[in-house]
Amino acid sequence: MSKKMHIKLNVNGKDEEFLAEPRELLIYTLRERLNITGPHIGCETSHCGACTVTIDGKSVKSCTMFAAQADGAEITTIEGIGNPDDLHPLQTAFKEHHGLQCGYCTPGMITRATKLLEENPTPTEEEIRFGMAGNICRCTGYQNIIKSIQAAAAEMNAAKEAAE
Amino acid sequence: MYNFDFEKPESVADAIAALQGEEAQALGGGQTLIPTLKQRLASPSTLVSLKGIAEMQGVCMGDDGSVCIGGATNHATVAAEAGAYPALADTAAHIGDPAVRNRGTIGGSLANNDPSACYPAAALGSGATIVTNARQIAADDYFQGMFTTALDEGEIITEVRFPVPEKANYQKFVQPASRFALVGVYVAKYADGVRVAITGASNDGVFRWAEAEAALSANFSASALDGLSLSGDDMISDLHGTGEYRAHLCAVMTKRAVAAA
Ligand SMILES: Cc1cc2nc3c(=O)[nH]c(=O)nc-3n(C[C@H](O)[C@H](O)[C@H](O)COP(=O)(O)OP(=O)(O)OC[C@H]3O[C@@H](n4cnc5c(N)ncnc54)[C@H](O)[C@@H]3O)c2cc1C
Repeated sequence: MSKKMHIKLNVNGKDEEFLAEPRELLIYTLRERLNITGPHIGCETSHCGACTVTIDGKSVKSCTMFAAQADGAEITTIEGIGNPDDLHPLQTAFKEHHGLQCGYCTPGMITRATKLLEENPTPTEEEIRFGMAGNICRCTGYQNIIKSIQAAAAEMNAAKEAAE
Repeated sequence: MYNFDFEKPESVADAIAALQGEEAQALGGGQTLIPTLKQRLASPSTLVSLKGIAEMQGVCMGDDGSVCIGGATNHATVAAEAGAYPALADTAAHIGDPAVRNRGTIGGSLANNDPSACYPAAALGSGATIVTNARQIAADDYFQGMFTTALDEGEIITEVRFPVPEKANYQKFVQPASRFALVGVYVAKYADGVRVAITGASNDGVFRWAEAEAALSANFSASALDGLSLSGDDMISDLHGTGEYRAHLCAVMTKRAVAAA
């Protein structure tokens, strides 16, 4: 038997504290322990990006990180980005520009895209492809995902300008 | 995956002490080790995370002008902070994808010595020094065949020192499914000669292409490589490419690296 670890996380603004085996992967902490089921399990090998979350401001694939490694971290999942009554501009853009079909990759896609647009608020198509390289979609062929991210970028930049 | 204990030491000394335990293993960013644990190809009794060790983090300039990178520094940090050695920063910026770069570390990459990884080419191509808790190892002595290095059991990479060349470039022919190099060539021109290191091609892991180095040391231009080729006989052959194809790519990517340096 291994020693259980005492782990503290802040997920979407809420403090969480629990005991977990060291082998508990963060994606299972989120989905099964905390019932935060937006991040999906796709490949479980760090390739597909369906489990992407933001940890202390950085995009990370939560299937390839132990909860113990995230101890003390602030985590944002798709649930912390928007909700049906108050969609994030990326969520609206994905809806309007058909940036999804089955939707399985979408939570990871949008969570990653929030960081991409923070890092680069006016990305070119090539920069979007490079910045989203860790998120795989098997439906759309990516064209509409790129359109969605560009539309959201324009919307967010216009809103920022209007506020200034 | 089998269970294990988890330690998060804050100093190299504490990490080394924790690694003395039977079947203890270092954990860097986990981008290779965690998938390995999932497949039950490794079953350490204790994982010793190196990420909390402040002295193994970050990029700085050595007294001799070399760029020094802490062994637990992730690829995104090297991409952002190793501007004093642009080809190295650029190599780090193209490893995997953004999430992998936020977790994977230089120490983990060099310790793993995947035959298709990028950092081994950068380290060998730059004649880097791999600094461990116990000693300093020249890159020429460090890489000993695929997934094999000079590291002893329980020895950890604390820092990697890169002498900064006059010019350098890394050309990676991406294998788009894995994001690793199908073939990658690192070329660096120093005052005392040119180094060419190739990853992704040989069954023996990263290697130096001596003939190309001699030709480029005499004349640093892509045309100096005309007529030079490598044999594909002992190269990796898989569904992504034959040995012969990889050998051809070695020459093509070396030329591109020289032209771009
Ligand atoms: C989707 C994906 C794409 C990738 N693409 C690329 C690519 O294009 N190019 C590339 O080069 N790599 C690529 N990688 C690998 C990645 O860059 C990591 O660097 C690599 O997995 C190992 O680093 P790590 O810090 O994650 O090590 P870990 O997985 O934590 O450890 C790997 C091994 O190194 C040992 N170790 C860790 N740190 C140290 C240390 N400081 N000293 C001694 N031993 C240590 C561990 O015990 C273990 O045996 C990719 C990985 C993934 C998942």
